[in-house]
Amino acid sequence: MKIRIFVTLKPGVLDPQGKAIHHALEGLGFAGVNDVRAGKLIELEVSESVTDAELDDMCRKLLANMVIENYRIERVAAPERAPA
Amino acid sequence: MKSAVIVFPGSNCDREMIEALRLVSGCDPAIVWHRDAELPAGIDLIAIPGGFSYGDYLRAGAMAANSPVIRAVKDAADRGVMVLGVCNGFQVLTETGILPGALMRNAGIRYICRDVVLRVENSQSVFTAGYEAGEEITIPIAHHDGNYQADAETLDRLEGEGRVAFRYTGEVNGSARGIAGILNPQGNVLGMMPHPERAVEPAHGLTDGRRLFEGLIGALAQAA
Repeated sequence: MKIRIFVTLKPGVLDPQGKAIHHALEGLGFAGVNDVRAGKLIELEVSESVTDAELDDMCRKLLANMVIENYRIERVAAPERAPA
Repeated sequence: MKSAVIVFPGSNCDREMIEALRLVSGCDPAIVWHRDAELPAGIDLIAIPGGFSYGDYLRAGAMAANSPVIRAVKDAADRGVMVLGVCNGFQVLTETGILPGALMRNAGIRYICRDVVLRVENSQSVFTAGYEAGEEITIPIAHHDGNYQADAETLDRLEGEGRVAFRYTGEVNGSARGIAGILNPQGNVLGMMPHPERAVEPAHGLTDGRRLFEGLIGALAQAA
């Protein structure tokens, strides 16, 4: 099963990379961008037996730094197969 | 004095740290590889050097913080063994939770490599015993992720408990309240972004880092 973990900076934490991307977008002439925040997407391929609690533990212990980051776990539904 | 320098794949200031300890203490530090689950017996000081442990993958210090040797470092720190983390070593100490807060990308995005002036905020710790409180010293920095951040409550606590060891005297990397180095509550762990081991002999061009090691070694000798 595929799991997507989105790691984002907590609101209020200064994001220098997001700021630089914002500047670059403005430099390219894109108007109307009010804010940019950069984060990470981590994809895991896990067996069905891995529980939500275990995924949570993985995020807290390694994948996110809880001092500055939040995380969101998404279980990706398997693509539907056409009937044989 | 018995000291140990931890080496991770990607450490690149381990040689400077080993040489600085040898120069000031006259003893050869033990060199401990990241996979070693045990530290040499009777160690007084553990130094975690600068560099890019594990290529800074995921976050600076995140992988190293979960390596076998770090569990031993944590246990040693709990027993009161002195731990000095410099640059990437500071990042490792925050990632393990031994020190509070986090080191983020420099506010100006760029890697910064230059000498900076620090103010010694607390000269009462074993690490800063070689300095006067309020003294200004010049130490090199070389980092991309040195922007120290913590919530206001943590910052207030660090200030209130005299745990800010060093502060930048000017704007450097966006660090909250100009913090360059902090102590743990017991005062036996110091994390700092500037590199004192790169300023220990005249050939370095700067020697203000030497007194950190001299003060530390002197304080350890007194305690023994």
